[in-house]
Parts: sequence; structure tokens; C-alpha cells
Amino acid sequence: MEGLEKMNSNQFKENVTDTFNDIKGFFKNLSQKQGFKTFTSVALAVIAGLLVGFLVLIINNPSRAFQGFGQILIGAFGDPLSPMTGIGEWLYYATPIMLTGLSVGFAFKTGLFNIGAAGQFLVGQCAAIFIAFYGGFFGPFQWIVAALAGIAAGFLWGFIVGVFKAYLNINEVITAIMLNYIGLYTVNFIIKGNALIYDSGRTRTFKIPENSRLPDLGLQSIFKGSNVDIGILIAILIAVVLYIVLSKTTFGYELKAVGYNRDASRYAGINEKKSIILSMGIAGALSGLAGALNILSPGVIINNLGKDYAPENILPAAGFNGIPVALLGLSNPIAIIFSALFITFLQRGGFYTQTIVPIEIIDIIIGIVIYFSAFALLFRNVLAKLITRRRERKAELDNSEPKSDIDNEGVVS
Amino acid sequence: MDVVYFVFQQSIYFIIPLLVVALGGMFAEKSGVINIGLEGIMVIGAFVGVVFINAMQKAGFLASSPQLLLILALILAAILGMIFSALLAYAAINLKADQTIIGTSLNMLAPAIVIFIARATTDVKQIYFNPAPFKIVSAPFFGDIPFIGDILFKNAFITTYIGLAILIIATIILKRTRFGLRLSACGEHPQAAQSVGVNVYKMRWSGVLISGALAGLGGIIYIIPTSISFAGDVAGYGFLALAVMIFGQWKPIRIFGAAVFFGLFKALSSVYSGIGFLAALDIANAKDLYNMVPYIATMIVLAFSSRKSRAPKAEGIPYDQGAR
Repeated sequence: MEGLEKMNSNQFKENVTDTFNDIKGFFKNLSQKQGFKTFTSVALAVIAGLLVGFLVLIINNPSRAFQGFGQILIGAFGDPLSPMTGIGEWLYYATPIMLTGLSVGFAFKTGLFNIGAAGQFLVGQCAAIFIAFYGGFFGPFQWIVAALAGIAAGFLWGFIVGVFKAYLNINEVITAIMLNYIGLYTVNFIIKGNALIYDSGRTRTFKIPENSRLPDLGLQSIFKGSNVDIGILIAILIAVVLYIVLSKTTFGYELKAVGYNRDASRYAGINEKKSIILSMGIAGALSGLAGALNILSPGVIINNLGKDYAPENILPAAGFNGIPVALLGLSNPIAIIFSALFITFLQRGGFYTQTIVPIEIIDIIIGIVIYFSAFALLFRNVLAKLITRRRERKAELDNSEPKSDIDNEGVVS
Repeated sequence: MDVVYFVFQQSIYFIIPLLVVALGGMFAEKSGVINIGLEGIMVIGAFVGVVFINAMQKAGFLASSPQLLLILALILAAILGMIFSALLAYAAINLKADQTIIGTSLNMLAPAIVIFIARATTDVKQIYFNPAPFKIVSAPFFGDIPFIGDILFKNAFITTYIGLAILIIATIILKRTRFGLRLSACGEHPQAAQSVGVNVYKMRWSGVLISGALAGLGGIIYIIPTSISFAGDVAGYGFLALAVMIFGQWKPIRIFGAAVFFGLFKALSSVYSGIGFLAALDIANAKDLYNMVPYIATMIVLAFSSRKSRAPKAEGIPYDQGAR
């Protein structure tokens, strides 16, 4: 009687252990995958950033810390009665930094630092504005032509940086910074000098004409009352295309190879000058598109307002926000979709929380996340080393000592 | 002639902060660490300095000796800049993290932190101060020297002389001292430096901390002559200083040349309306065109001058004692 019971419980125990081992094996396999390790390390950085943010809130004002922090975490959904509006706004605001993030990330992948996304964004925007006001004859294709013009202008701005780097050996950081300002003032000069576009009374451009605004593909009937438009779909599509180009094509391989080692690539028969110029050009084109889609956005369509541009002597934040987006996404185009959504989520949350805590808390959190993500990769390697060492030791133990039932008995009793 | 003096006096307000911050960036890169966070460190330095001056001016402390007050603010800015840059040093040197990422995070953090503090304590992001007492209308004796006196010693700030002193000291340290040569060795070939007994980690820490101190100093130097308030923004001067450093090929005297070149054009763009023949051209929206000139001029000069980059060879690569 006693024996039977014991056997049963042993069998049960074995079954449980089997299932447990299965689960463990699954996680073991998962944890060995590079992507998963990366994800965990980034997630750790995010958690660390949020914790520090929470700490700052507590130090700042303990009575409001919980309320403020909770609001940041769910604030992006906006009014709880109509969360679809909030989600639509979230997608809308994610679009430009997703594209500039892809721009910076693409350049990183090819060994270049594109700090010029702000300037490329502005010239792309300016080109789109011109097509929007002068390209009436393109009919229903006007917004497409305007977006392409933005791409072309951004490409040109990146192209110049690439030429300076490839042929004159001038660090891309310096030319990109110079071109940011040259772009800013050129755009302001051109726009202010054009009476058809610039409304000097309001010191901004007239609203983008209705027929050249982006379509929303019915997104605004799903996300009622939000600004969302086709831009977010274009941005995601481009991320997928970039992923394929970078990881599945010879062209992408060549660009990456030049990034890893310029000289070796040349000896391998890759035209390294062309690669550098194209890499910067494509990166610029992505930021240019970000600018074009930004200005062509229809706004909330029912209100029929559209957007305008006020020439100021400030570089657009969307250009610089591309850098943390790319870094958090580890320059992987698919991951950049999510990092852009994540960073926008926090920013929207902060926007709705402004009355409780200063909005700068969001930049503090993002800054800390980026800071920790820098050695998250290193942390990942340390973790991997620890796990393998533990496994090796365990394997040694398993080999040296025959498995005894005593342990199991011990656990049971 | 007055116009010429005016352009020079104005240009000094741009030249000195660019020079000081670029020299800071140079020390970090010479040791092998890219400091792209100069902009953020400048913001911290400017904030600390302005907050200090604001508080002291309100309290009426040192009202009779404003130069001393300014010097105290400069010292504070340098110290806080140094502390902030330790975030970069620890992550980049000890933890071998990516230097670009860390620098970017510093650039994001600095304005966020200072505006957060300003808003949390005063509800507005601007912090005001009165720069008037710091201005030296005409320095005794030196101000009477023809030409040089008019440029350097009239309508000047004490920061100008501090900036020039830093240039001289930096040149001597880098070229003539054991420390400077060892620092450069760590940026060129850290393994070789280590093999002859140089502590690479210590050298790189020194490089980054010096860059932090100078960038913090540069932040307040930039704000004092050009504004009456600070709101967490140094108008991209940290990035421009980076450009000046590359333009100057990581050499102190050439960096000075680059800063002067850039600053003169910058001043030209801000005072063109006071220059007879330029104002006579009467171009619509000329301001935007003149604003562009310093950047275009820099690119043209770069295109003709820099075929061979003198960047430290090991910059940006974390030093690993085990690597060969």
C-alpha cells in the first residue's frame, strides 16, 4: 500500500519533471538564439530606464509619483473613453521618427553615422511643399510625386555627404552637421522668398492644398478623431524592404561589407566609393521621405485643415530623435519599427501627463534606456558566458556522477 | 574701421566657446574615446553656471567683484561637466560600451535633466541672469593698445583670456609633456602604450574628464556674452565644436585656426546689416543667406584642405587588455 503510493507519486514526479524539462529545453533553445538574447538585454535596459524615471518622479514629488508614472505608462491611449483616437495619434507621431530611425540605422549598418537626418528631413519637406503647391497637374498622383520629390531631395543631401566621405576622405559627421544648417537656411530662404507658398502675415506657409495631402486609406474611420494616415503603412513597408535588402541581397551585403572594412571590400572587388555614396544617399532619402510625409499629412480629415511649415532657425527634433530610435532598435529595420513605436508611446504618455510632471521626464527615461542599451549588448555576452559556464559545470557533474535515485527520494520525502 | 572692430569683437563670442569645447573633444579623442556628448556636457555646464550666477546676483553676493563671481561660476561649470562626463568614461572605458551610443544618451539626458530641474523648482524653463557686470568695457592699459586693444580688450569678457590661456596650456601639455604624449599614444596604439607601462584606462579616463571639464566651461562661456537667460539649449555648438575639431585635424593650433575661421564668418552673418557694402546689396531675406555662409565656407575649405585625415587611429575602439 505504502509502496504503491510511493510509486504513484514517483511517476507523477517524473511526469512533472519531464514536462518541466521540456519547458526548460524550450527556453534553453530560445535563450541561445541571438535575437532573443538581444531582446532580453534591450528589455532590461528599458526596465532600468523606467525604474530610474520612477525614482526621479519620487524624488521630485512623492505624492504625485505614482499617478504620474501610471499616466506615462498608459497615457498614450489618451482619453480612456476613446482609446482608438489615442492609438491613431500614437501611430501618426511614430511615423517620422520611424523613418529617420531607419535612416540613421541604415547608415549605422553600413558603417556610417548619419547625424544629418535633420537637414535631410527639412529639404525633403521643402521639396514636397513645392510639388504640393506647383504640381496640380499630377492629379491623383500628386502626393506620390511630392513624396518622391522629398526622397530625391533627401537623397541629394545624403549624396553630398557620401561624396565628401568617399572622394575627399572627410568625416561624414562634420559634413552632415554643416549640411544640416545649410539645409535649414536654404529651405527658409527659398520658402520665404516665394509669395505663392509663404504667407508673410502669418510668418508660415499656407496650408498644403487639399488635393496633394496624403490619403488615409480608411484608417481614420478606424482610429476616429486622430491624425493617422497612410504614412505609418509606408514606413513599415519600407522597414521590411530595408530588412530584405540588407540581409538577403548582394547589394545590401556589399554595403555592409564596406562598413565593416573598407579596404578589404575594395580588394574583394567591391566599388567601395560607390557603396559609401549610395549608403549615405539612401539614408538621406529615408529622412527626406520622413519630412515629406510629415508635411503632406492631412491632419484630422474631417477638420480639413492640413499642415503648414513655419521657417524658424531651429533644426527639427524628428531628425535627432532618429538616433535613439536606431540605437534602441540596434539598427535592425524590423526592430526599429518597434523601437519607434515604443519611444513614441512614452512621448505620447508624457504629453498627456504634462499637467502632473514636467514632460522632460520622458527624455530622461529615453536617455537612460539608451545609456543602458549601450552596454546591454555587453551584458548579453556576460550573461551568455555565465549560462554556458554553468551548463558546462553541470554537464561535468552529470558525467562524473551516475544519476542516483537518492536525490529524487530526498526531494519527495 | 569701427565695423572691423565690431566684427572681430562679435566673432570672439563665437570663437572662444568653439575653441574651448573643440579642445575638450580633442583631449578625449587623443586618448581614444570619441566624445559625441559635448553638446550635452555644455548644457550641464551652462546650466550650473547660470543657476549659480542667478542665485548669487539675487543674494547680492560678490556684487562688487563680478569677475570673481564669473570665475567661480566657470569653476563650478567645469567641475559639473567633469562629473557628467564620468558617465561616458565609466561606460566607454570600464564597461567597453559603444561610445557613440553613450554620447548620444548624454546629449538626450542633459537638456532633459536641466529643464526638468528648472520646471520642478521654478515652473518655467528659463533661468535669467544679468550679464552686464561681467563685460569689460575697456581693460586698463591693454585697452589703449591700438588695433589689438580694440579687438581683444574692449567690450570683452574675461572668458576670452581664459580661453586663450587654455589653448596655450593645451598645446604645451599635448606636445611637451610626458602626460600629453602618453595620452596620444593611447589613442594611436593602446596595446603598444600598455606594453611600455602606460595605464591605458587611466589615460583614457583623464582624456574624457578633461574633455568634460572643458565642455562644461565652454557651455557657460558660450551663454554669458550672447544671452540673458538659459533654457537648456546651446544651439548645436557642441556639434559645431566637433566639426571644428575635425577641421583642425586634432591639433590645438589648427583647431584655433578653424574656430577663428568659422567664428569670423559667423560674426559676419550676424552683423552684415551694419557693413555698408553688404547692406547695399539689398537682397530679400538676406539673413538666411548670410547665416549659411560659415557652413558653406567650412565645407569648401575642407574640400580643398583635408585629403588625409589625422584622426587618432584607435579612437572609438574600446581598449581590451586581453586583445592583441
